[in-house]
Amino acid sequence: MKLEKYIALILCLIFILYGYEAFFTMDELLPPILKRNPVWPSTFPKILAAFGFFISILILLNIEKNEVNTSENLDYKKVTNRSYFKVILLILGMVLYALNLRYLGFILSSFLFLSFSSFLLGERNFVKCLIVILISTISIWYLVNEVLGIYMNPYPLFLKVFI
Amino acid sequence: MLDGFLIGLETAFSIKNLFMVIGGCIIGTFIGMLPGLGPMSIIAIMIPIAISIGDPSTALILLAGVYYGAVFGGSTSSILINAPGVASTVATSFDGYPLARKGKAGKALTIAAISSFFGGTVGAILLVFFAPTLASFALLFHSAEYFALMIVGLSAIAAFAGKGQVTKALLMTVTGLILATIGEGAQFNMPRFTMGIMDLQSGIGFITIAMAMFAIPETLFLVLDPSRSETKKNKDSEIKDLRITKKEFKEIFPVISRQSIQGFLIGVMPGAGATIASFLGYAVERNIASNEDKKMFGKGSIKGLAAPESANNAACTGSFVPLLTLGIPGSGTTAILLGALIALNVSPGPRLMIDQPDVFWSVIISMYIGNLILLALNLPLIPYIAKILTIPRTYLIPFILFFTLMGAYIGQNNATELLILIIFGVIATILRFASYPLAPLLIGFILGPMLEDNFSRATQLYDGISFIWERPMTLVMLIISLLMIILPSIKSRFSNKKSF
Repeated sequence: MKLEKYIALILCLIFILYGYEAFFTMDELLPPILKRNPVWPSTFPKILAAFGFFISILILLNIEKNEVNTSENLDYKKVTNRSYFKVILLILGMVLYALNLRYLGFILSSFLFLSFSSFLLGERNFVKCLIVILISTISIWYLVNEVLGIYMNPYPLFLKVFI
Repeated sequence: MLDGFLIGLETAFSIKNLFMVIGGCIIGTFIGMLPGLGPMSIIAIMIPIAISIGDPSTALILLAGVYYGAVFGGSTSSILINAPGVASTVATSFDGYPLARKGKAGKALTIAAISSFFGGTVGAILLVFFAPTLASFALLFHSAEYFALMIVGLSAIAAFAGKGQVTKALLMTVTGLILATIGEGAQFNMPRFTMGIMDLQSGIGFITIAMAMFAIPETLFLVLDPSRSETKKNKDSEIKDLRITKKEFKEIFPVISRQSIQGFLIGVMPGAGATIASFLGYAVERNIASNEDKKMFGKGSIKGLAAPESANNAACTGSFVPLLTLGIPGSGTTAILLGALIALNVSPGPRLMIDQPDVFWSVIISMYIGNLILLALNLPLIPYIAKILTIPRTYLIPFILFFTLMGAYIGQNNATELLILIIFGVIATILRFASYPLAPLLIGFILGPMLEDNFSRATQLYDGISFIWERPMTLVMLIISLLMIILPSIKSRFSNKKSF
């Protein structure tokens, strides 16, 4: 089975779950007075679930012949394992950045994320890389925090008691 | 109309807004040149900054400048290194890159800049006449017509997705609409599909979805396919010679004039957009060219370069017509702009011209200023701007990801949003592998609440769905959208049978 059909199948299952909630559980909490309305909070989701289910079945049954593979897309079979490994590590780096942004503060967490990603992608001139990243991180923080006025906690949370 | 125009003129020519449009054009050009980054990703990254400005006119002027700059920047990288960042500049590379390889990179960039300027200018002039007419017509619309119009818009986007892509585009649209139902809607005041997660009560931020759909997959694709970010260096002398002769200008002038008008009209149609305009422009000019000229197409024809460039820019301007007058985005980029407008408490639609003439007119005027700036500022700066292509990918990719994460964090100020961004970014990357178009998902997500709102209002008003057959305009529009979806599928089915 092609990747596009796997995706259609997963989406089909999601539409079934979504539809189950819309058709069977969602209206239980609805106050009786609102039940007199012709439109309930579940009305639109019910239509969407039914329509989504129908479309995903059309894809699974291959009703429309698919021959498009635009230049913007990439054949996943041609990608090397090494590239996949790098992407997985990059995603992991992003997750760690998201989880630690509050605790480590903007400057330290951004510095660590950028240095790790640059190293992962092949940067080996460490001194130049760390200097560029440090200057950029501090400049961006200054621009966002001071110039644009959007608060970004620069310091790690554990240092806050001292500052 | 004249009062509004004068207010817009005053707003657009304020020092702050002039700086914004200049800054937007420069930022857009710089980032738009980076291989793999299209206008949608750039605008998505810039939105948190635009929203933090607060003033809708200024924010929209900045984003419009970024949009134009990015389209122009994309053409530059198509010509110099044959790396079209987005589909709309693919046609530019057909003749732009061969010209650059012949040692005429500077000439090709000048032709691209002049064609873009003309395309954008003609587009802006036509917009001044088109938009008010369409807006006054749209004032006759009620919620039933709006609902039907949005269905037309969504169907058109799916129908134009390409051969064999209609069902996929529809599936993505429904997915976008479903994502939009998550959280506490304004109409029903009760949380839906939040799965007990508190952070989902207010729904998923549109910036998060926009960046997850475009910026993250494009960046991850740069890692998965390193050849996408490879740059081939042009000699400085080839780029610095920007002159074009009088004869060459005379040759391209009729092409530019035709394609500016054609491109604009295509851009006005929801779903068609700059990509179709540029390809169609190229095809039309090749077909009507003399046999001698025809042979040159694909080998460095200046007509072949001018056609997609003018059509592409005129279509970008044209796509603002349905956005500003009907509140319907015709493309992924205008969908992101619509999201930004909503976040800035501006409701695009026919009343925008009456209620907020400063926003409406200043955006249109700033488009013209943007085109002028692109021509006057970027042309002499091209040799220097081109240096951005030498940024190593070891810095480029981490910084794009960093700006994407930062954008989502600034927009919502919570870490859960970052995790949602990463999850949807990974999903979007897998969807792109399977050639699922992502713009319909974003458009569905942005139009979702409005679609549901208009549907509910019409249903309440008519105590059921009788509005579909009781209001002729609604019925006609719904039939049109049904035909738009069914016809390509039937056509595809027939061609499928013929091929056996």
